[in-house]
Amino acid sequence: MKWLSDTKLNRLRTIVGEPDFTSTKYTFVKELARGGMGTVYLAEDRELNRLVAIKVLNTPEVTDDVRKRMVREAQIIARLEHPGIVPVHDVGTLPDGRVFYAMKFVRGSRLDEYAAQNSSLRDRLRKFQAACDAVAFAHAHGVIHRDLKPQNIMIGSFGEVLVLDWGVAKIKPQMDADERRLNSDLRSSASICGNTSNGTIIGTPHYMSPEQARGEIDQLDERADVYSLGAVLSFLLKDQAKVSKAAEAVSLKATAREKEGRYASASELSLDIGRLLDAEPVSAYRESTIEKVSRWVSKNRFLVLLVLAYLLMRIFFAFTSRR
Amino acid sequence: MDPDTDIGGPLHKFPVTNHSAIAAARSDDQLVRRRAFDTILASYWKPAYKYIRFKWQADNEDAKDLTQGFFANAFEKNHFAGYDAAKASFQTFLRTCLDGFVSNERKAGRRLKRGGDVDHYQLDFVAAEAELAAHTSESALSPEDYFHREWVRWMFTMAVDALRRSCDEAGRMVHFQLFERYDLRDDADVSYASLAREFGLEPATVNNYLAAARREFRKIVLEKLREVTATDEEFRTEARSLLGVDVK
Repeated sequence: MKWLSDTKLNRLRTIVGEPDFTSTKYTFVKELARGGMGTVYLAEDRELNRLVAIKVLNTPEVTDDVRKRMVREAQIIARLEHPGIVPVHDVGTLPDGRVFYAMKFVRGSRLDEYAAQNSSLRDRLRKFQAACDAVAFAHAHGVIHRDLKPQNIMIGSFGEVLVLDWGVAKIKPQMDADERRLNSDLRSSASICGNTSNGTIIGTPHYMSPEQARGEIDQLDERADVYSLGAVLSFLLKDQAKVSKAAEAVSLKATAREKEGRYASASELSLDIGRLLDAEPVSAYRESTIEKVSRWVSKNRFLVLLVLAYLLMRIFFAFTSRR
Repeated sequence: MDPDTDIGGPLHKFPVTNHSAIAAARSDDQLVRRRAFDTILASYWKPAYKYIRFKWQADNEDAKDLTQGFFANAFEKNHFAGYDAAKASFQTFLRTCLDGFVSNERKAGRRLKRGGDVDHYQLDFVAAEAELAAHTSESALSPEDYFHREWVRWMFTMAVDALRRSCDEAGRMVHFQLFERYDLRDDADVSYASLAREFGLEPATVNNYLAAARREFRKIVLEKLREVTATDEEFRTEARSLLGVDVK
């Protein structure tokens, strides 16, 4: 047996780890990210001559259950046709039995990287609101993400916002009849990542709602995502020098320990973010009279300056005409 | 898929075997236990020998005696049957046992009787010694990482050998030759086009043959891994470590 040098060993490990796309229309380019369940690769779609991101199962596990989970994940994302959710182009099986799905390759930065690039608070809030809207759309289609965090929100090259990684999403039981038919094989389990039973903890600790951290899978609803979005908002606000009490209140309301104290939906949270951006009163904060006046002045700065200028002119003319 | 390029047949999947030598080591059947021991010995003797040389700074004669003594003792006392997958990986268990064995032997200061029950195995210590001389970067590694790296190296070495046999038996040595020329190359100047010219094939055929060889190689590696892991969880963890980026 010939001895394998470190160079050969590393090459073999790379080769064995790489997906085999020979029977597909894709050509392997490079690895993009490795997660617990699957690895995302950059590949070229030879037919359409474009780059795509392909998620392939990590483990050499070929049970039907694992394959179904991946297919289910692809089906769920494919069903969520929204500009804020990465579209799935294709799903299939590699020659080695691993399931893969191809999705749009998003060029850009993750929200945490984007925030580090000195973006303004206003810009951050706009991006955050777009993420809220995408999540609200998923909620309306009976899907709860369960792992929202800055690393799973991408900002594209043209400022578009995309929510990624729906691998641990949960399908709500109260879907309409069409959706139920479409996902008839999914109903046996309420989770993309398998038969997630009570007590199983799914998500990322810092961004996870208390009920999710306790493993109360059955109790999770849209408000678990609202909590995670609130934690994302808190992340976006933390390095800002001047944050209004209203913005802090929105973040606090979204991350209330008891879900009854949170926004009922991502749409409600999005509405409050919109109000913050428009300098309107938010539902999460009761303003004092001084704050109301201050906000009004801040919002109508031009008008206030105009009135002040007019008044100053009147005073000036009154003063000069008396002389 | 071109069936001609599919060494394992169009329906092959991995892993194709669920035979765990670790589980078989607990068998009441002496023959089953013997086979399990053979598998464990084949998979671990070389990393064990190198580890004794690296961590315990044993000279080559002592390392040979200690390696053979360790496996002979483990088989005689059925140590591997005592492995508990809930506590550690089998690799960690074996390494810990090896440390305990060498430490005890050193304390006792005795000279081991060579061979014992593993005397009939052809363990190529000369080749292992030559490999040790070729190592260049081991000083930066901890003994644990060194053991793991040498185990990975040995697993892949055995897998390459198994691939050669598999291709030979299937009458597809050209697959292996392409794999050897491209994936086990020393020079960076080899391309699919140059291989196509060298072997008188179309570049697309080179691509297909290489893909088939790699697929078979991957299958073999995972089969070998399945043999030396006790549970599915350990198998997945080791597979990630073996095939992923975790191994140092």
